[in-house]
Amino acid sequence: MSAFVIRRLLQSIAVVMVMSLIVFFGVNIVGDPVDMLINPEADQADIEAAIRALGLDRPAHEQYWYFLVNAFKGDLGSSFIFGQPALQLIVQRMPATLELAFSALFLSVLIGIPLGVYAGLRPDTLASKTIMSGSILGFSLPTFWVGLMMIMIFAVILGWLPSTGRGETVPLFGVPVSFLTLNGLSHLLMPAVNLALFKMSLVTRLARAGTREVVHQDYIKFARAKGLSSRRVVMVHVLKNIMIPVVTVIGLEFGGLIAFSVVTESVFAWPGMGKLIIESIQNLDRPVIVAYLMITVLMFVFINLVVDVLYSVLDPRVRLQDMRA
Amino acid sequence: MAANAPALRVENLETHFFTKAGVVKAVDGVSFSVERAQILGLVGESGSGKSVTGFSILGLVDPPGRVVGGRILFDGQDIANAGEAQMQSLRGNRIATIFQDPMMTLNPVLRIETQMVETVLAHQEVNRETARKRARDALGQVGISSPDERLAAYPHQFSGGMRQRVAIAIALLNDPDLIIADEPTTALDVTIQAQILYEAQKLCRERGTAMIWITHDLAVVAGLADKVSVMYAGRIVEAGAIDQVLDHPVHPYTKGLIGSVPSRNKRGSPLYQIPGTTPALLNLAPGCAFRERCPRADPACLEEPGLSEPVPERAVRCFHPYAEAEA
Repeated sequence: MSAFVIRRLLQSIAVVMVMSLIVFFGVNIVGDPVDMLINPEADQADIEAAIRALGLDRPAHEQYWYFLVNAFKGDLGSSFIFGQPALQLIVQRMPATLELAFSALFLSVLIGIPLGVYAGLRPDTLASKTIMSGSILGFSLPTFWVGLMMIMIFAVILGWLPSTGRGETVPLFGVPVSFLTLNGLSHLLMPAVNLALFKMSLVTRLARAGTREVVHQDYIKFARAKGLSSRRVVMVHVLKNIMIPVVTVIGLEFGGLIAFSVVTESVFAWPGMGKLIIESIQNLDRPVIVAYLMITVLMFVFINLVVDVLYSVLDPRVRLQDMRA
Repeated sequence: MAANAPALRVENLETHFFTKAGVVKAVDGVSFSVERAQILGLVGESGSGKSVTGFSILGLVDPPGRVVGGRILFDGQDIANAGEAQMQSLRGNRIATIFQDPMMTLNPVLRIETQMVETVLAHQEVNRETARKRARDALGQVGISSPDERLAAYPHQFSGGMRQRVAIAIALLNDPDLIIADEPTTALDVTIQAQILYEAQKLCRERGTAMIWITHDLAVVAGLADKVSVMYAGRIVEAGAIDQVLDHPVHPYTKGLIGSVPSRNKRGSPLYQIPGTTPALLNLAPGCAFRERCPRADPACLEEPGLSEPVPERAVRCFHPYAEAEA
């Protein structure tokens, strides 16, 4: 197990290094931020001074080396626009995004798995068919459109829920969160559902497919032949087996939740990282873009590691293979 | 339970599958009985309805299948149409099951301990510690060494033979009156098969457990069972004490089955095989189901032959049985 974790950590470092290279040079190709930043009426001397101040006069590989050295010190550069450290800007907005993403994840698992298991156990009922048709809608309707429709219905027409912002936040371990206040919760609900819809459909379909496959296995029939209640058969024997694919996909897709939150955050004016990155891309604020991408890479790598560890907890056969490897 | 009363008596059991293409009569009027400490061999080819018979007794026939007729008297009580709650309290408790493929019957993601303890807790009001102790003892009884360590293991850490021993241990946990063993040795190699057969026979005798041993392999029941019922196309075609049936088969099908077992005496000569294949059960034509493959068939076989009166326990479903001396 520990050998496995160490091996994975080494792989992760390699991934992060390669990504830093791609991200840094990729962003350099996109465009020249100087044009956006400098007053059009400035003279040549001022422009050159600005370029030098930003370190943009050096060759690209020197800039990269400089970036790497600083990154190891925990400094990912300062925003061209805000003048603040990029890392600080992102970390300030990260709790909002993570709260949104986790809420969406929580909703998709909490609703998706029961729906999927039910549809898998009773595939021919009307309810199951409704669930499965619904999940197709969840897949295919664009997130932004659903978000706008939700605002229209619940905020504009019915006036039940607020359409923008995080609402009232309270600190939890020093991090501001919305879900602990009623007002914050009402702000969180719509964006979370909106973001969860796609994943919920995915989890439902996965859980259904898994259940359909597992219930026909001999070990389920054997479990019934042992005289276990159907509750125990489903909650233990079926559920633990279908959790393997579900956890894998949820883990891998959690990154997707953070990425998709760009859209949801824009629609609901949720003050998270997604909104920040959109603005930074528009302004060609290189340090913020690079810092955002690096943090996202780190997050993906970390999530994948957690998924692999969880996987071996859920499926004992994985553990054995790791010991052999 | 009285000493001589059968533990299980099945009378005219009919289990049909209602498919879109039509009704499949997988089990069509099957009767047999098995007493305590007795082993009944239920022999037939794939698709003869022997496994479905076992699942019918357990009340575990999956839709579109359904028990549509007959009686299943377990301990004198008809359980053919018993409710799910009653069947649940019988299954794994008084009627235990061993399945064919030991690689598939244990849940791969649960420890052996979990799978054994839950079987005890489902039926007995005991605490977890007692249940665990019973699980350990049961593993010891089926010849698994260091049962304490083995309890913590997962199924993939066992070989096929060991898994089948675990499955047998699970069947024994609640000291059942009846064990239905559905081809439990088919997936095992021959030496392991012999060990399992020996264990099963010993346990059945020692504990007075009735056992139904479902198999396609006459050689297996030959050394194991007390009596045998041969099934063909959902019906019993011949039944009787094991020695009588094997030594003096009277139904052409049984005779063919025995004739096609390879033996040392016939080395070099081509192996006998029954011509044709088992008929599809969907919309089976009336009359004797075996007539297309039978050397003795004649126009009389277009009628359905009845099962002859058991003279003690010897029955045959044929218009032209071989005389016992002929065989």
